[in-house]
Amino acid sequence: MSAAPILRIEQLRVRYRQREVLSGVDLGCIRPGELIALVGPNAAGKSTLLKAIAGLVPATGHIRYGDDDWSGWPVGKRVEHIGFMPQSTPESSNLSVLEATLVALRCTRLGARQSDELEALRTIEHLGIGELALRPLHELSGGQRQLAALAQAVVRDSPILLLDEPVSALDLAHQWQVMHVARRLADESRIVIVVLHDLALAAQWADRIAILHQRKIHSLGKPNDTITDQTLAQVWGVQARVRVCEQGRPFVLVDSIASPAAP
Amino acid sequence: MQIESTTPANAEPDIIHMRWTQHRRIVRRRSWTVALLALLALVAALIDLFSGSAALSPLQVVHGLWSPDSLTVPMQVVLWQVRLPVAIMAMLVGGALALAGAEMQTILNNPLAEPFTLGVSSSAALGAALAIVLDWGLIGSSAAWLVPANAFVFALVSLMLLQFLAQWRGAQAQTLVLFGIAIGFSAHALLSLLQFMASEEALQQLVFWSMGSLARADWHSVSILAAVLAVTLPFSWRASSQLTALRLGEERARSFGINVTTLRHWALVRISLLAATAVAFVGTVGFVGLVAPHVARMIVGDGHRHLLPASVLIGAALVGLASVASKTLIPGITVPIGIVTALVGLPVFMALILRRSRGQI
Repeated sequence: MSAAPILRIEQLRVRYRQREVLSGVDLGCIRPGELIALVGPNAAGKSTLLKAIAGLVPATGHIRYGDDDWSGWPVGKRVEHIGFMPQSTPESSNLSVLEATLVALRCTRLGARQSDELEALRTIEHLGIGELALRPLHELSGGQRQLAALAQAVVRDSPILLLDEPVSALDLAHQWQVMHVARRLADESRIVIVVLHDLALAAQWADRIAILHQRKIHSLGKPNDTITDQTLAQVWGVQARVRVCEQGRPFVLVDSIASPAAP
Repeated sequence: MQIESTTPANAEPDIIHMRWTQHRRIVRRRSWTVALLALLALVAALIDLFSGSAALSPLQVVHGLWSPDSLTVPMQVVLWQVRLPVAIMAMLVGGALALAGAEMQTILNNPLAEPFTLGVSSSAALGAALAIVLDWGLIGSSAAWLVPANAFVFALVSLMLLQFLAQWRGAQAQTLVLFGIAIGFSAHALLSLLQFMASEEALQQLVFWSMGSLARADWHSVSILAAVLAVTLPFSWRASSQLTALRLGEERARSFGINVTTLRHWALVRISLLAATAVAFVGTVGFVGLVAPHVARMIVGDGHRHLLPASVLIGAALVGLASVASKTLIPGITVPIGIVTALVGLPVFMALILRRSRGQI
């Protein structure tokens, strides 16, 4: 895969009817190879920010990808650059994991049937769910469906990956596995933006952490610079101790709720 | 995608190839199933042709189809002007309603959706009632075509209204279902008012029309419905990949680059044409649009390349067999087909609701 251009996000605003959901979000330049963890309290606008980048919700502001100005680009034009994994996973479909992955692959391009099927199978196998490939989605557990959803997002080999809470229903081993895959994908010159609630995971895997608070970016930077006692109190309203592990990454011990977090 | 493998490098190709072979076997089995369903629909149509009150043996029917002159003139009329149009109409109505139901369940993400649960039958009946009770037509059609033309226009308008409401402020699938139910109830209320005002003779005619009957089929109506099905089917087929993607959720389908609003719009246009034409010629034939796609989904899965043709064929076979039952249940009397499909459909409908409550559909 050739190196991806830089993604630049400035002053992104989203309104739902009369309510402002994002008020001028700046993520600045995101370079190929970077894994950005997007964290923040509930309803901070994390999912909306991913959807705005993907073009799934109307937004104003500037999104530039290389020389292309994405402002006003419909989702159909961005789709060749973006692999998107939404938060919700379908529960009732009786498509198999392989069929669902193939749908993602063949919606945008029509290669030879056999090569597409083998590529989809390879992706599924690499995510460690090969034995589920022919099982229908409605028979899978929530965590297995999440891994199947990840396969649909990554199968198209997009240079930008937007993953909305990809580990929320996964056990520790699968969390590690998904974050490991996300890290590898970033290391292969992709831009990966992941919404996470677990600050330890964010600190362990991300190059930079963007904290969303009150509809804008509160802080953006390296894990050690963003995850601080002060930030935790201001953004999440918790009294917490931030310690640094042997690898130099921060981790958080929450002692109490300091004050109710601002909505 | 090129990411680090978690399986041994030498074992991976074998595993992948083995799973690919299994997948291809499943796909082939589904294709054969669709072929078998085509055979089933054909057999149902043949049984439908063989059954009836006139003394025509199956052998005579086959001979009569091959060389009409081998039959007496009255028997030629029975075969060519009664049984054949009815048998073909049964297949077409079943196929059209099942296709409309399959697409509707997908675009509304609702397993209980079908054209008739969303007000099409009530609206068509309202149109028919205006023609029967008040002799009033929306378009300048001849007396013979007044009732079907009115039923068609009202059914079409009800679905177009649904379409308009869908686009108005970007209504979601669940809102659309509620709109459909509201349209149905409104049409039903107006229909009740007309029934209240109607003469005894008009009321009887209206009740009979509402029951759904294949007896009204002739070569004109058969060719019109066949043309509508022939025009819509290729477009449905073309949209099958996108419809499959929609089964993964609207947001995901949009993230694949699918314009869901446009997909829903054209699907509703196809559904409107299919349901309105079918209901105009045969009246209300309920439950086929609901049951056939469900049976198809159980047999061939959610992939619409198999699901759509399987639904059409199961719908055709179901109405074909219902037509046979309508002619044989009470000797000498043809029970309106709408009654037969409703009788069979009700327990199936209940089973579907129970399955849904257990989270199986």
